[in-house]
Order: sequence, then C-alpha cells, then structure tokens
Amino acid sequence: MQCQNCNKETATIHLTEIVNGQRSEKHLCQNCAEAEGVTVKSQLSLNELLSSLLAAQAKPGGEDGESIVCPHCGISLEQFRSGGRLGCPHDYEVFKQALRPVIAAAHNEAQTHCGKTPAGITESVDNALKIEQLKKQLEAAVRKEDYETAAKLRDQIASLQ
Amino acid sequence: MKLTDLSSKVTEWFNGTGLMADIVISSRIRLARNIAGFNFLTKCSNADKLAILNRFKTVLLNLDILHDAAFFDVDNAAEIERVFMVERHLISRHMAAATGPRGVVVADNELFTAMINEEDHLRLQTLKPGLALTACWQRINEIDDAIQQKVRYAFDRRLGYLTACPTNLGTGIRVSVMLHLPALKMTEQLDKFIAACREMNLAVRGLFGEGTEALGDFFQISNQQTLGVREEDIVEKFTNEIIPAIVNYEKRAREELFGSQNELLEDKLARALALLKHARLISSNEALFLLSNLRMGVNMKRITNIPISTINELFLLTQPGHLQINQGRCLEARQRDLLRAATIRTRLN
Repeated sequence: MQCQNCNKETATIHLTEIVNGQRSEKHLCQNCAEAEGVTVKSQLSLNELLSSLLAAQAKPGGEDGESIVCPHCGISLEQFRSGGRLGCPHDYEVFKQALRPVIAAAHNEAQTHCGKTPAGITESVDNALKIEQLKKQLEAAVRKEDYETAAKLRDQIASLQ
Repeated sequence: MKLTDLSSKVTEWFNGTGLMADIVISSRIRLARNIAGFNFLTKCSNADKLAILNRFKTVLLNLDILHDAAFFDVDNAAEIERVFMVERHLISRHMAAATGPRGVVVADNELFTAMINEEDHLRLQTLKPGLALTACWQRINEIDDAIQQKVRYAFDRRLGYLTACPTNLGTGIRVSVMLHLPALKMTEQLDKFIAACREMNLAVRGLFGEGTEALGDFFQISNQQTLGVREEDIVEKFTNEIIPAIVNYEKRAREELFGSQNELLEDKLARALALLKHARLISSNEALFLLSNLRMGVNMKRITNIPISTINELFLLTQPGHLQINQGRCLEARQRDLLRAATIRTRLN
C-alpha cells in the first residue's frame, strides 16, 4: 500500500481515528507520518512501559553510561556502541543496564535463555521458561491496564532472576 | 587434504537433491561459541588468538565423530584460495578479509565446517542439500556436545552462550535456508516477499551471507532472534511453516508465468540458453543470472536435455576462485571471462 500523502513511499503507519463516532483511516509512510506529528515512538509506548517496569528493579547507583570501562578487557561502552562487538564475556555483566534495551530489541523482547545448556548446568532451563511465560502474562496485564497484577508478576520475575 | 582435491567437483550441499530441491538449494545451521577465560576477538592478543586456534584445531581434528576432518590455515592462504573457500561456503567473507591467526576445519565431505577466530572463537556449521534442517540440527548438536566435553564454553545461566555480538546471544544459532526464487523476481513480487520476511523477524540475505546482494535470484532466509527461543522450535517453524509458505509463493509465481506470461518466460529461457551456448566472454554475474534462468527452465520442465547437476556444477566452477584454483594460477578478469564462457560452452553443447 502506498502512502496517501506523498504517493511514493510504502505506507508503514496505519492510523484509525474515531471522532464523534466517525471512523477515519490514514495510511502514511514514516516521513509523512512524522511531518504530521505522528511519531513511531508513540506506538512503542507499550514496550517502553514494559521495559521501564522491568528495569525499575535494582538499578545500581553511580552509572553514568558511556564512560564505564570493563575492568577485565578494557573496552568502554562507547567503543562497543561504535564497533558493535563486545570485548569479553564479563561485559554482559559490566554493561548490564545499557545492554538490556539492545538485547530486548534484537530478540523480540526476550531477556532469558531457554535453549541448549552445557552438560552439568541444567537446573536453570526450567526457570528460564517460567520467566518467559511470566513476561508474556505481564505484557497482557499491562495491555489490559491491570497494574496490580502487573506489579505482582514483575516481583515474581525479579525473584526468579 | 588440499583445496585442489575439492575444486573440480560440486560440493555435496549443492548437488540438487533433497526435499523441495527445485526451490530449496540447501539448509544450513551455525552455532556461535566462545571459550571461557579468553576475551572476545576484538580484545584478544595475537598470542591468545593463536592459543584458541591451536586448542580448537586439536580438539576438532581428534573428534571421533567427524569424518575426514582437515584443517585449512586462512591467515597464510593465498588470495585466490580465500576467494575459493568463500565460494564454497567453507568460510565467510568476514573471515577472508580479517587478519591474525584463524582457520577452518572441514569434515563430513564439506557438510561440516568450523571457523576458528571468525567473529566468535568458534563458528560451527552444518549443511545439507534441500530442506533438511532437522538433520542439520541433529548433527551440529551432536558435534557441539562432543566439543563441550573437551572445552569449557563461555555460558551464563540467564543469557545462555555468550557471544561477541549481542544479536547472537543465547542459543548462538543461525538457521538459514538458501532458496532459488527467479519467478518471484520476474513477476515483480520480491519487495512483497522481503517485506513479509521482515515482518516475521527474518533476515533476507544474498548468496554469500551478510551484506551481499541477491545474485542469480538466490536468497538466504534466516532467523534473527537467538535468545528466549529453543533451537528445536526455530527449526520446526522453518521446516513446517516458513519455508513451505515461501516455496508455495514461488510455485504460484511459476504457474503465473506459465499461464499469462508464457511468451516472456519462453523468451527469457531461450535467451539464457543461446547466450550460454554461444557467448565468448561471460562475467561471473552474467553467468549467475543466465544459469539461474536456465535452472528454473529445467525445473519447470521447459528445458529437458540438461540435468540440474550440470547447472549446479557450472554455478560453482565458473566462480572466479574456482576458475583460478582449477587453472592453478591467477587470471586477469578478461582471461577469466574467456575461460568461463569456454567452460560453459563445453558442458552445454
């Protein structure tokens, strides 16, 4: 479907407005939507709400982002951001806060492994599956604006992690 | 084993057999792994890289379950040897262009490779012709288990296998299927197909993987999410949903060509055949493009006297690295175009 404003780009943003019971639809490309004041950000509010709910727990103080340097390999967060590759396995712990949204965006909001595990490390797998299930329930609760249930689920997830 | 032992024949994953072989060229699974206790490669000294290389080389060459394992040093390989290894999918373009100690172990008649010191310390890969992801997964899982008895991988209970790039985190798995989709292109439905793949969170790449264009109407479809999903679930979804759906689109497009655009189809096939049989200079891109049309014509039973195996063989043997390795020397572009045209003429006439 083409953008109904510029008739050039593909329409990727589809708006349905109901004003005084009158329903109208708009199909716009990214640029025209932004020109009309519709930002993609506003469509991501559910995800943002979720990640802020999940991130609210245990935020270590004193992290000022880009200047953190991994004491094990010497890479800075800034270097990771420009090169896209981490310096050592410890970076996942050192840059935990900054990596959380990166990992969420790359993996369809997942944060926990639930696949193959090396022999000898088995007990974590069931846990991981449980966390993924609880996250789906949390997502549903937020969607229904049932924040009481959402808060309970968030605490359960935190205790399992 | 030497590279010239491989160069005169088609690699097994490209032999045109297997499930849905008229459209599905091959299935591939790779796993990204790193050794615990070492930095990732961006922060690794040359001495550490060498230690990692030797460690994995020794482990892999001594694994009982691998058949005819051989090691190829990429760091000290000549330019045409690296090009050749990329063409056969033994190594990635990234590995060919990198520097420092690195290499590849090849086994199981080229259906298994292990790149050492690519983006991660270890990149395991299994390949099969046609749609055979379950078999690829069983084999790579078995080999991975055997390696894990000898080497401790960097693994975290919550995040899974730790990788240099967070996009491979968790399972470290990339499931890819190489498809031949000439009719979708001819009926101008490629954009729709690519958009649908993106919507399903799938990556679409060209013949040689990351950052390469779709030469000769070959496309690689692969998963992007590696964390929070089980390996078996990805394999199952590709095998039972994603790939059959794409194969059906391509089949429908071929039927459309058969019906409403028959003249267009006939013309494309006749032109491809005429050029391939008579041209005196053919570039590798032109060869890919024409052989692609020919392959579709044979699969649609419009061209009858050329076997698919001959066409697949030509796809590989006319690549620049293969031409030069088989000649035993470097050739200028013009000489390659001449030799390529001659090779094709000999096989088709």
